[in-house]
Amino acid sequence: MSSSKLNRRQILSAGVLVGSSVAFDTAPAASITGKVPWHAGDANKPPIAEPGPRQYLTDAEAAFIDAATARFIPNDELGPGAVEAGVTTFIDLQLAGPYGKGASWYMEGPWPKGEPSQGYQSRLSPADMYRTTIKAIDAYAAKEFGGQNFAALTGEQQDKILEGLDKGDITLEGADGKAFMTMFWQNTLEGFFADPIYGGNRDMAGWKLIGFLGARYDYRPYINKHNVKIDLPPVSLKGNPSWTPA
Amino acid sequence: MTFRILPAALLASLLVSPVAQASDTSFSQLEKGRRLVDAADCVSCHTADKSQPFAGGRGIETPFGTIYTPNITPDRETGIGAWTNDDFYRVMHHGQRPDGTRLYPAMPYPYFTKMTRDDVDAMKLYLGTLPAVRTRPRENELMWPLNYRVFMRGWNMLFFTPGTFTPNPDKSAEWNRGAYLVEGPGHCGACHTPKNILGADKTSQALRGGLIRDWFAPNITNTLHDGVGRWSADEIVDYLKTGRNVHSGAAGLMAEVVENSTSKILEADLRAIAVYLKDVDGGGEPAAPAKPDEKAMAAGRAIYNDMCAACHKTDGTGVPLMFSPLAGNANVQQRDPTTVTRVILEGARIGPTDARPTPFAMPAFDWKLTDAQIAAVATYVRNSWGNAAAPVTPSSVKTLRDDLHHSRVTGKAE
Amino acid sequence: MKILPSVDVALVGFGWTGAIMAQELTDAGLGVVALERGGWRDTSTDFAVTFAQDELRYMWRRALFEEPARQTLTFRNNVTQTALPMRNLGSFLPGTGVGGAGVHWNGQNWRFLPSDFVARSHNTERYGPLPDDMTVQDWGVTYDDLESHFDKFEYLCGVSGKAGNIKGQIQDGGNPFEGWRSREFPNPPLDMALAPTLFETAARETGHKPFPCPAANLSRPYTNPLGVQLAPCTFCGFCEKFGCGNFSKSTPQTTILPVLMRKKNFELRTQCEVLRVEHNAVARRATGVVYVDAQGEEYLQPAEMVILCAYALQNPRLMLLSGIGTPYDPRTGEGVVGKNYAYQITSNVNVFYDDKVMNPFVGAGALGVGIDEYNGDNFNHSGLGFIGGGYLACWQTHGRPIEYHPTPEDAPKWGAKWKQAVAKNYNSTATISTHGAVMSHRNNYLDLDPTYRDVYGRPLLRMTFDFTDNEYKMSEYLTARATEIAKAMKGREIKVNGRKGPYNIVPYQTTHNTGGAIMGSDPKSSAVNRYLQSWDLHNLFVMGACAFPQNPGYNPTGTVAALAYHSAEAIRTQYIKNPGFLVQA
Repeated sequence: MSSSKLNRRQILSAGVLVGSSVAFDTAPAASITGKVPWHAGDANKPPIAEPGPRQYLTDAEAAFIDAATARFIPNDELGPGAVEAGVTTFIDLQLAGPYGKGASWYMEGPWPKGEPSQGYQSRLSPADMYRTTIKAIDAYAAKEFGGQNFAALTGEQQDKILEGLDKGDITLEGADGKAFMTMFWQNTLEGFFADPIYGGNRDMAGWKLIGFLGARYDYRPYINKHNVKIDLPPVSLKGNPSWTPA
Repeated sequence: MTFRILPAALLASLLVSPVAQASDTSFSQLEKGRRLVDAADCVSCHTADKSQPFAGGRGIETPFGTIYTPNITPDRETGIGAWTNDDFYRVMHHGQRPDGTRLYPAMPYPYFTKMTRDDVDAMKLYLGTLPAVRTRPRENELMWPLNYRVFMRGWNMLFFTPGTFTPNPDKSAEWNRGAYLVEGPGHCGACHTPKNILGADKTSQALRGGLIRDWFAPNITNTLHDGVGRWSADEIVDYLKTGRNVHSGAAGLMAEVVENSTSKILEADLRAIAVYLKDVDGGGEPAAPAKPDEKAMAAGRAIYNDMCAACHKTDGTGVPLMFSPLAGNANVQQRDPTTVTRVILEGARIGPTDARPTPFAMPAFDWKLTDAQIAAVATYVRNSWGNAAAPVTPSSVKTLRDDLHHSRVTGKAE
Repeated sequence: MKILPSVDVALVGFGWTGAIMAQELTDAGLGVVALERGGWRDTSTDFAVTFAQDELRYMWRRALFEEPARQTLTFRNNVTQTALPMRNLGSFLPGTGVGGAGVHWNGQNWRFLPSDFVARSHNTERYGPLPDDMTVQDWGVTYDDLESHFDKFEYLCGVSGKAGNIKGQIQDGGNPFEGWRSREFPNPPLDMALAPTLFETAARETGHKPFPCPAANLSRPYTNPLGVQLAPCTFCGFCEKFGCGNFSKSTPQTTILPVLMRKKNFELRTQCEVLRVEHNAVARRATGVVYVDAQGEEYLQPAEMVILCAYALQNPRLMLLSGIGTPYDPRTGEGVVGKNYAYQITSNVNVFYDDKVMNPFVGAGALGVGIDEYNGDNFNHSGLGFIGGGYLACWQTHGRPIEYHPTPEDAPKWGAKWKQAVAKNYNSTATISTHGAVMSHRNNYLDLDPTYRDVYGRPLLRMTFDFTDNEYKMSEYLTARATEIAKAMKGREIKVNGRKGPYNIVPYQTTHNTGGAIMGSDPKSSAVNRYLQSWDLHNLFVMGACAFPQNPGYNPTGTVAALAYHSAEAIRTQYIKNPGFLVQA
């Protein structure tokens, strides 16, 4: 088969390694011989979220996510829940970035529905999936509960909708509730437990809940200390308060 | 080639050449020349394009501007192919070109002046065998009025006396060989000796450490805290030959020196250098510095244990020959903290050699830590596990950070 | 298309097998060019301890893995379905970039059993004829042929372990079922965390012989036979799916590249994707490869030898795209390229405690204790209805919370009670994993998809695969054995997570894809011979687990490397002197 009609734009734009600095992954083809290349100061470092206005979600969408994630991981005596930990901020930033666009996913059609064992088969990117489905869920809530959208319902009513969608018992108008729930729960876990540099897991609340010590790299002093809790605070890729001279 | 230890007097007579004979072009003279060119590391400064070694064109950063090295291949028009032995000796011994113009001491003639005539002739013989490369010289970029070479006359009057090395009759032949190599072709002091404001050696502090292009070449006298006092002669040899020993690894500019120069020097000569360095007076141990600020130490400890311990271990013992131990590490305790700060900011890599090819590298921390945090962890490392050295200030970190950034942006990065 | 000067050897792909073949063949004096579609990657710039500990980026946003946008495959369980693209990664995580998946593997390093290499004859002899559609085959090479090459890889890596069988003498504390080895491991076993020691005690009490699992995570500073140095593992818990930040995981970067990259007769070209292998069918030779660089420029690289090192899935695809060998047809059973695709079947059992502190985040990729009583043919299969087996192990590789937050049977999927269960059980749970073999079946195969294409317009690989009765029965058996030991570990309660069908491409299982360019003694039923040399083109060699005729019950890398060394030796000592087919069919 002929490969002479290679579409350069397609090749150059296909796939963006998320979170990596541009210089590395779109670098021109390099020929390396006679040495192991290295340059001082090079670091394929992660993006660090700065506080700021929302970048993708509308107010209504953020309200839905606040409400739903509060059901997923509530605030209680064990500690902050999803909302307090900034999961909505996390999801907003993710949807505004390459993940939201499905940049590294294969998005070509056709898009027949497929078996469950064949995984995600929607033509919607995650950002589109959220937008479309949240709208449909609010429409469903309004229909079922007298004109209110999801965020205004009681906790019990919200639970009923979430469980129904997750099991596939509720069918939405023009949206795949089950596929959305899988993605949404996964992103909630990510927002609650990922490194705080991504905007969620505020103050490492998720890690403190379970005792995960974060971005450390040397546990040699502890490998043989069986059955002993390790008395260290969690640390993020940005560090922790003890890193700054008071 | 073995080096036999000769009685000092006999050796002395051999070092001073008799009246110049017809030039010796024998193979052993050529070999000697090659080894001296390796020891003097001509290739590092006189090469810009690695595919054209010795063809010059590399910019040497000085506090006074950039000097571009000339072509020393045997090309008759743009290199030194048309030079006589006397011409070449005039450069090496007097710091003057054949036409009398004076060189800048970026070319370390104050060191090469110590070399014997015979050795210098041997170097020229070897250089004459290199492939000739035709190039165009690059204009120097020196700040006015130093671009006028006539100023070098005054500088030389103040700071330069030509003269061949004189062996010390009270020391062994090996010591003298080491002294000759260090003070002559090796020109170690060009980096490792502090400079005065006009860029000349502070000769009374020879080899006690010098600042060069945003690196601090450490003290290599025999002091304990910040010199080679804790290194055995064997360990010095190991370092020069393979780029690392159980205490340290050669990174930055020294990695290049090891790769291009010292890894090629005969082991007996490396041993002589070690014997000499172990006997260089460092002026006594440095005075104990002020105790560092508690808060900085606490923050530094937190950062160190969370980040640095993964290689250097919480007790600072590292993994010898891989991750330098920091406890008792001289390079970390220099009076000038430029090197330790730079290494934290932009990382560093131990130069690979054939003997020890693994290029262990530290990652860059500049994007991750603030100036205050880097100052804290550098202070911590300089003052823990028995180490003692002046604390590092956030403002000195900022200055170096900005300098390095500027160098990267302008393409003059080392 | 630009035509380049010819080279001795062109390698397609630069992961483990690429690095091994480059090192061996440059030592033999050949000029070698490696073409890698991804970029240069190295420890202090790409996996540094300053940012490597990022579960979101590396595990969930797949930063080190092959991007489906650029290249993926289509999947279906069987021919009644339409294969659809694997749009994002799940079940397996193929590598890309210098070092390939060798950068992000766990370091679980095994040797297949002697009986694994003769699975057909051994099982037929012992248990009678196999079912018709179970297309298990003998490998054409024996364990004894490979022993010195297993050893070579283990010493290259500095594997930490305890030998169980040295030249036929069973050793205390090692795996008594392993094939004989000529000497002890190069490094002692890693220090062990609590959970694997609890498993060890229970396994011993229930009559098994537990041993520390062999780990390509270094237990002490080490200099390998090439003179390359590796540092000791610090149990950071960011091993599998991540690059190692402190030179303590055996990878191409930490074991081979420091020496290989300094050689004048080796050249690496990154961001160069090979589209196909050019060949002359009459002369029965490959003539070179066509590749595309990052700007979309096309090149022909002529070569005296071509070696496919592009992973077990890409290699058969390249053969199909290039028209090399006869594609397999499941209806007739004829053809070989794409035949006998297999995988791994896994399950696990959680043990929940009240009174233990596990510190699960203190982990290394191959830190664990295993038992091998139920692997291969180490036990009597009479009347069980399946062949093959797998090891059981209690691993402690990580505690990264997005992936790992175990909850007992009665915990809901989310909500206040879920949160409670997670907080209570995170630091006090152990897990026994089973790692089972997959036998080949005539309906499990690879070919080219009729509909979906990659970014260069080439058909995607199509994977048709499901576990069969053999696998489900075997996995049930292993899970039941694991359950017994789990109960003997005397926790508060257990939770059994068995493997239920059909095979689902979504949840991560293993990146142990095998088959598609299988090795054997007969060109009618295999694509390559015992030296991984193509039966069709004598200067084409095909590396990787695509050579496995079926997949035994261990992680594949050790055997992939041994086969590569075995192949390199044949090239060095036989092929170079006398180019031609090394085995007469």
